Amino acid sequence: MTSAPVTAASLGLLACHACGLLSRPAPGSHDADCPRCGAHLHFRKPDSIARTWALLITAIILYIPANLLPMMRTSSLFGSQSDTIMSGVVYFWTSGSWYLALIIFFASIMVPLLKMIALVLLLVTAQLHSRWQQEQRACLYRLVEFVGRWSMLDIYVVAVIVALVQVQGLATIQPGPGAAAFGAVVVLTMFAAMAFDPRLIWDPVEKVHG
Amino acid sequence: MTTNAPLIACHECDLLQREVVLPRGGIARCGRCRGELYRSHPHSLELTLAFTAAAIVLFVIANSFPIVGLKLQGQLIETSLFHTVKTLYVEDMKPVAALVFVTTMLMPALELLAMVWLLLPLRLGRVPPHFAPVFRMLQAVRPWGMVEVLMLGVLVSMVKLAHLATLVPGVALWSFGALMLLMAAVAATFDPRELWARVGVAR
Repeated sequence: MTSAPVTAASLGLLACHACGLLSRPAPGSHDADCPRCGAHLHFRKPDSIARTWALLITAIILYIPANLLPMMRTSSLFGSQSDTIMSGVVYFWTSGSWYLALIIFFASIMVPLLKMIALVLLLVTAQLHSRWQQEQRACLYRLVEFVGRWSMLDIYVVAVIVALVQVQGLATIQPGPGAAAFGAVVVLTMFAAMAFDPRLIWDPVEKVHG
Repeated sequence: MTTNAPLIACHECDLLQREVVLPRGGIARCGRCRGELYRSHPHSLELTLAFTAAAIVLFVIANSFPIVGLKLQGQLIETSLFHTVKTLYVEDMKPVAALVFVTTMLMPALELLAMVWLLLPLRLGRVPPHFAPVFRMLQAVRPWGMVEVLMLGVLVSMVKLAHLATLVPGVALWSFGALMLLMAAVAATFDPRELWARVGVAR
């Protein structure tokens, strides 16, 4: 980069997030509709940091019941048993399916946790107008957007197992309240990642260049 | 930077740069944040349309037949995707039922229908009615279809139940496997830039 970077916003141009068209809004306005596809455009996502924090904090709070409350309740002739996410991982680990234990551990415990830590990091550095490791942070954001959906894994596992083990003499399995909390965490963190504007990572560059 | 190539703004860092002509299969990346700007998709529209048509057929099969069955004491209990949603609903897990329904049935269905709505008329050189709102809906819907995650979830639950009883894989299991690959192919070949270029020509 030889000269100072020029962004669309610095020239008063809006880039459409849906179709990619560059357009110029009416003088003095901060938003407009895309002239080609009609999407509502802003220079930066409105209240990006506040909205992302709100969704993220809700997700962090719900992450606690999601891990402590049972995902499934098994009742059989021999009594009943509750399974949390972690006890499911332990079950697979001790029964020899260590690869499944690892998949569930990563998809259900590590991915949501790392995703929330990553979003906190992105938010704090954006709020401080930090120029630290911008390329790495941009990469981190792409990673967060990409892996978030895989946390839905445990919801689908519960759904299939509950549907199959129902009207039988041996056992019935019911979904537990942890499943609802866990689903909420996944959806909230996906919304939080969408509310964050990655362009905020790069805005401090321009401010320094004047 | 003296050419008259059109300008493009990186959607991740807002940097303005000139478009370049890509070699076949090439990817243009942002010079600052390395985010993907656009990629070359030869025959994007035709390929996407073909994959979408195949995916619709498999989507119908995958949702009409049981995914997996459980054989226990001479009894066969099977479940389809909709049956799992219904069971969650009956078990008073309405939000979870809604989540499963939306991410595995509603959103993929909307994505496939919107694709056909936009691509088929364009292939024939016409612009379909309500092109812009359908296009925006498509872009909004795409992150929420999670067929590939469902597939992994089904496999994990099968391993979990394998010690309880004999598992009978259903027709929909294979259909979901193929649907997962086709949805990935649709996502990989779909090119919004070509779409809008064709709209410009057709108008």
